[in-house]
Amino acid sequence: MSTQAPPRAGRPTAAPTRVGSGQPVGRRRQRRVTLGGTIRTICALVVFVASVFPVYWMVNSSLLPGAAVRSSTPHLWPDEFTLDNYVTVLTPGTRSIDFLPALRISLIVTLSTVVFALLFAFLAALALSRFQFRSRRMLIVGVLAIQMIPAEAMMISTFRVLDGWNLVNTTAGLTLVYIAAVLPFTIWTLRGFVNGVPAELEEAAMVDGCSRMGAFWRVTFPLLAPGLAATGVFAFIQAWNEFTFALIIMNRADQRPLPVWLRAFVQATKETDWAVIMAGSTLVAIPVIIFFLIVQSRMTSGLVAGAVKG
Amino acid sequence: MSSAVRAARARELGELVSPPGRSPITSPRRRLAASAFLRGPWLLLGPALAVVAVITGWPLVQLVVMSFQKYGRAQIFGAPPEFVGFDNYVEVLTDTEFWVVLGRSLLLCAACVVATMGLGVAVAVLMTRLGRGLRLLVSVGLLLAWAMPALTATTIWGWLFDTRRGLINYLITQFTGADFMGHSWLNNWVSFYFVATVVITWQSVPFVAFTTYAALTQVPREVLEAASIDGASSWQRFRQIVVPHIRAVLVVLLVLQIIWDMRVFTQIYTLQAIGGIAEQTNTIGVYIYVTSVVSGDMGAGGAIAVLLVIIMLAMSGYYIRSVLREEGI
Repeated sequence: MSTQAPPRAGRPTAAPTRVGSGQPVGRRRQRRVTLGGTIRTICALVVFVASVFPVYWMVNSSLLPGAAVRSSTPHLWPDEFTLDNYVTVLTPGTRSIDFLPALRISLIVTLSTVVFALLFAFLAALALSRFQFRSRRMLIVGVLAIQMIPAEAMMISTFRVLDGWNLVNTTAGLTLVYIAAVLPFTIWTLRGFVNGVPAELEEAAMVDGCSRMGAFWRVTFPLLAPGLAATGVFAFIQAWNEFTFALIIMNRADQRPLPVWLRAFVQATKETDWAVIMAGSTLVAIPVIIFFLIVQSRMTSGLVAGAVKG
Repeated sequence: MSSAVRAARARELGELVSPPGRSPITSPRRRLAASAFLRGPWLLLGPALAVVAVITGWPLVQLVVMSFQKYGRAQIFGAPPEFVGFDNYVEVLTDTEFWVVLGRSLLLCAACVVATMGLGVAVAVLMTRLGRGLRLLVSVGLLLAWAMPALTATTIWGWLFDTRRGLINYLITQFTGADFMGHSWLNNWVSFYFVATVVITWQSVPFVAFTTYAALTQVPREVLEAASIDGASSWQRFRQIVVPHIRAVLVVLLVLQIIWDMRVFTQIYTLQAIGGIAEQTNTIGVYIYVTSVVSGDMGAGGAIAVLLVIIMLAMSGYYIRSVLREEGI
């Protein structure tokens, strides 16, 4: 968002300088701007370091040997560079809790969630955007309100319902929960994108003999590609990061997705090996960071409208 | 728009003027499309509604039912649950621990919201005053913090605040001379919540900053210039022109932050795994989990959960209204 905004740097301060140039007041302001500029630069650097440093520290610790991380003076950069921690995390059987099975479960659940959520949300967004019907407003309020129900309140009853259908500790069960969880947000976001495609295009296709569904599928769907990509990535990040439902639904050690794996791993190794934990954290975080940077420009408006925490 | 009107009129005329089946315009296929148009929205909404109704709606009903039942370990193993009216609610509301947990959650929520909104707006204002390069730098930093999954973020901060090898203890010891090596941040509920506030604020500031920044760029420049010609100081301009312009956005952000920080679960639960005394640091989300799963009293847990849902929905009212107004629905 911010990187694409038109450059407006110094807007409020530029105006007075221009207006009052040549006058003593203007010159005094000019000096103050320079001092203010230095302060602002320092503030900007502080914000940057405060934001980035923890991430840097994670990667740094993950690239140091365990002994270096345990030593009494911290190593500020990976001067004893090693990939051993990653090897430890990725090698099956070196720890009681394996990374790779968790990765497999996370990938299956996340990708199925994205596919089904996008498909269902596309259809529902068409309904909410292209049709006027009596309960439309009520449905939109429902879409917004449902997102406000905290997962923490729902986890026990969701567990019981899934348990009744023998879906606990299955990827299908967790996927269903995630589809339901991301649907309100994906519907809302896609609805915005569908609104941006002129309905006249569909009408024209229908005049030319296309059915209504055919027009949606052949005309609207391809035009939505950017919206589908962005929404899909949001759904991916949500499903990949989700912790609360995963914790309660996938409670068997061999059925853990990555977030639950990471917490168990932290609990099992925290006293001994922060370096390996940081390697595991880096592996969990990398896909999210990459995807997040891809769609960040659409993030702000989408999130304000859809109200899902990134 | 005119082509839409024309298309609609053509369709109408086609069906009104020529009886179905005789004109080439009103072929059977066309009539099928017309009836699909009528059934359309519900067919399209079907899959999404079905999933949400079954996976969100049904458990929600179950939750409310459960909160009126005696539902403990015996019931988990098959004993039929008996209805006890408002007993669970009475039990929860007369339990001092519930109020302590609620108070703690509110305290943590207040600390996080104040810190997040204050820092977020400050960073947004700073970004409007920066040159292109520095603003890009700040944006990249904020994005990185924002992108971190809550769980990894909490783990990293847990490592930074680690008792024996944490960088924070090392730096405090080096720079203040006080011996902080071996100081446990998570063992005391006050400093536990301090760490939690740092983690949550670190992750929430980017969203507030970017959104506020986007709103700030929409403030009309001419008005600001006119005000400065009229002699308004930069603080006056900010207070009397900028703030009223972005007020709506700020209020929505505030409501969202309160909702998100009130129900915080992942960060607290993970910090408890790293260290800390769970009984003294539970927030309402964690308390529901502990009451229902660890203590096995699903009836009481359900009652707390219902109360939380009601609080959240009541707070979302403002947000939902403002979104609807903005979208013109």
